[in-house]
Amino acid sequence: MVVGPGTVSDQVPLAPDPAPGGAVVTKQIEGRSLGRIAWNRLKRDKVAMAGGIVVIFLILVAIFAPLIAGAFGSPPNDFHQDKIDPNTLAPIGGTGISGEHLFGVEPQNGRDIFSRVVYGARISLLIAFLATLLSVVIGATLGVVAGFFGGWVDTIISRAMDVFLAFPLLVFSIALAGVVPDTAFGLSGDALRIALLIFIIGFFSWPYIGRIVRGQTLSLREREFVDAARSLGARGPRIIFKEMLPNLIAPILIYATLLIPTNILFEAALSFLGVGVRPPTASWGGMLSDAARFYTIWHFMFFPGMAIFITVLAFNLFGDGLRDALDPKGKR
Amino acid sequence: MIRRNRVLAAATAVLALGLTGACGGGDDSDSDSGGTSAKAEFNAAMTKVFNPSDKKGGTIKLANSGDWDTLDPGETYYGYSWNFLRLYGRALLTFKVEPGKGSNDLTPDLAEGLGTPSEGGKTWTYKIKPGIKYEDGTVVKAADVKYAVLRSVDKATFPNGPAYFEQFLNLPKDYKGPYKSKGVNTDSAITTPDDTTVVFHLKQAFGGFDYLAALSQTVPVPEAKDTGANYKQHVVSSGPYMFDTNNLGKDFSLKRNPNWDAASDPIRKALPDRYEVSLNVNADDLDNRLLSGDLDIDVVGTGVQPAALGRVVGDPALKANTDNPTLSRLWYTSINGTVAPFDKIDCRKAVEYAADKTGYQTAYGGPLAGGILASTLMPPQVPGYQKFDLYPSPDGKGDVEKAKAALTACGQPNGFATNIAYRAERPKEKAVAESLQQSLARVGIKLTLKPYPQGDYFSQYAGNPPYVKANKIGLATNGWGADWNDGFGFLSQIVDSRVIRETGGSSNTSVRDPEVDKMLDAAISNTDAAAREQAWGAIDKKVMEDAYILPGIHAKSLLIRPKKLTNVFVSEAYAMYDYTALGVA
Repeated sequence: MVVGPGTVSDQVPLAPDPAPGGAVVTKQIEGRSLGRIAWNRLKRDKVAMAGGIVVIFLILVAIFAPLIAGAFGSPPNDFHQDKIDPNTLAPIGGTGISGEHLFGVEPQNGRDIFSRVVYGARISLLIAFLATLLSVVIGATLGVVAGFFGGWVDTIISRAMDVFLAFPLLVFSIALAGVVPDTAFGLSGDALRIALLIFIIGFFSWPYIGRIVRGQTLSLREREFVDAARSLGARGPRIIFKEMLPNLIAPILIYATLLIPTNILFEAALSFLGVGVRPPTASWGGMLSDAARFYTIWHFMFFPGMAIFITVLAFNLFGDGLRDALDPKGKR
Repeated sequence: MIRRNRVLAAATAVLALGLTGACGGGDDSDSDSGGTSAKAEFNAAMTKVFNPSDKKGGTIKLANSGDWDTLDPGETYYGYSWNFLRLYGRALLTFKVEPGKGSNDLTPDLAEGLGTPSEGGKTWTYKIKPGIKYEDGTVVKAADVKYAVLRSVDKATFPNGPAYFEQFLNLPKDYKGPYKSKGVNTDSAITTPDDTTVVFHLKQAFGGFDYLAALSQTVPVPEAKDTGANYKQHVVSSGPYMFDTNNLGKDFSLKRNPNWDAASDPIRKALPDRYEVSLNVNADDLDNRLLSGDLDIDVVGTGVQPAALGRVVGDPALKANTDNPTLSRLWYTSINGTVAPFDKIDCRKAVEYAADKTGYQTAYGGPLAGGILASTLMPPQVPGYQKFDLYPSPDGKGDVEKAKAALTACGQPNGFATNIAYRAERPKEKAVAESLQQSLARVGIKLTLKPYPQGDYFSQYAGNPPYVKANKIGLATNGWGADWNDGFGFLSQIVDSRVIRETGGSSNTSVRDPEVDKMLDAAISNTDAAAREQAWGAIDKKVMEDAYILPGIHAKSLLIRPKKLTNVFVSEAYAMYDYTALGVA
């Protein structure tokens, strides 16, 4: 997994590129950077590329949610009770799927499911990305520090990781979300709820990154190029940032990509349990929670469920492909 | 099996000679016989007895999607429990066992007749029937009724029970029930001059005391067998059935009480041999088992879940096997005059006009499973109900023009922002809050949704006046069901400003009008029933004029009628099937 400086030649793909490949390989063999090699490998992994395209598509959907909902749906919180049979609460015609409501309408309120799924992507992705970023920052920093300095520093940080991993996170987050007031830390409403979820999820998943980084740092510490830097008079911070961190980018990137789907699922679970964003703001987990009451009306559960499924699958496929590309030894 | 059933059916037919019920039992019985209401159609058991029969035997299976609040007659506080409790306990009075309006009338049960008032309604005397026995054969004495009422006063042991007796009885100061205040003389409150006479002495005249005598708290409890908070593990039966098994939180079953004498009890038919009740059954699973006939009755009697609703209403054959009673329950939204700008009456009226009540109705399940649009506080079946609508709008969808005019009158022509509280665990209240958010936005009133845990909803949040004021909770979803169908039971706890506690916990959270309080006092002390009923209607109207309450709907429920049972009918007093009349076909 570890890619040290000067080992580039090891990483040249054995199989030549198709069609234009041969010439390119012979011509530019020394000019390739690490990232370029990984990218070439990733490009050939069709499954990972498909995952990556879906991920980019989902990010675009989240960013342009108002435009998409405006073009193909109606505002996510607007009721359409004329589309609901008042006696059964079910949409008239079963689902209410039409050109106007691509995914149909919710039972009872008649809100446009398409718009709510699109808007829900914003909440899911925003929380998952920022929570992952938070855990990467904490995990990488503490992991490197633990691995590099060793001794009692390592002991304290490693025990802290054990404590965090053993923490009953779901129970704790329900309790925490329940006691936080409506306005806190200068935030209120949805902004506060989102910040809270990011904090809960990010702050408690850093040990997953931290353990990986610590392990990598432990083995890197003993490598020749680190010894060389040290013998030249480099001190701790320089060795960490200039020598070791570039070599840690690959595992951090891989595990961050794989942590995102876990965080999406965790956010959905929290929203399902009612500690996510406040209604009427749409979130996928919250929609599933609403749909559970109407489990006989299939489309209400199907679309947010599929949104979670596709997003998690896409991130996982892309993350696996990324690992294969950055760490060819781990393959097969 | 078939043969045996025929013999049984024949035998019961002979036994039932002279009784009017047509025989619905027996596998070979012709469904056309007799022209009774045996034909399955929507609401067939509302005003008539469906499938009448006197066939004895069989087992009735009931299920509860939650836990029973408690089986102890001194503490239980649910209508379904009061209905079911009559199988194993006899209160002084009870509601008539008959379909339709008549079930709102009281009839003597343990007592020989209704209460005899004296001292202008301050003293009430009941004679109990001699020779009624508990399941162990001991005779029920007047002292047991006195003991049962006194123990129910102990709110440390029975915190969730009704608190009417301690409110009205002239108990010694600081009396804490027979466990803690041992040996205290309670003759100022209840006397038992002989073994068959109970006399209640009240602090003030109360014309409706007979309703208190019908509470399950007057079901006799033998002091020797009382185990305090653990009495619910084995309640000593005075009714036709006694506990066979009782696994609290899981299930229990009733079998026949050999010491019950049918001659002393003209009310109960006591047809089945057994009742089996499962607790904590998943609500959706419960509906499916009702529809498949695996279970007979959802004992809570609040109707089907939304998932089964579509299936039942959409299928004419299934819908024919349902009943749709109206409950004495109002789902409403409190408009808090302590939160600006609702201190101005026109701002409150703007909410009354702008709200789309059809959205309220849909939130609770539509016209069948939810309820009927309400423009008054009192439901139509409560005596004294007056029909009026002070804030009319076409189809109940709200009158945007009038709402805007009201906003202009209160100095907020462009609307304002406020908060709406609801109970987080209740998806129906969440749907109401979302619906009001939509309909009030039409006139510029912007609502922010504030969910609160239902356990502390009244004590700390929506029912706590300082909290409401500090957190600007202008609106709060709320609901109220009468303990019995009577203006006092329905109105007093939700419109009397003196029940509002600054420390929180009162059910009235918004109505503060001294004039309403005066009208209430006048009505309670009025001994003329007709004039009293007139007064309840006037109070209702006054509160609506003040616009402190936005009535949403008067609740209805869609009950699945048990296919295999006989003598099925809805008791208006409980707004569900009467559990004492049922038999097995």
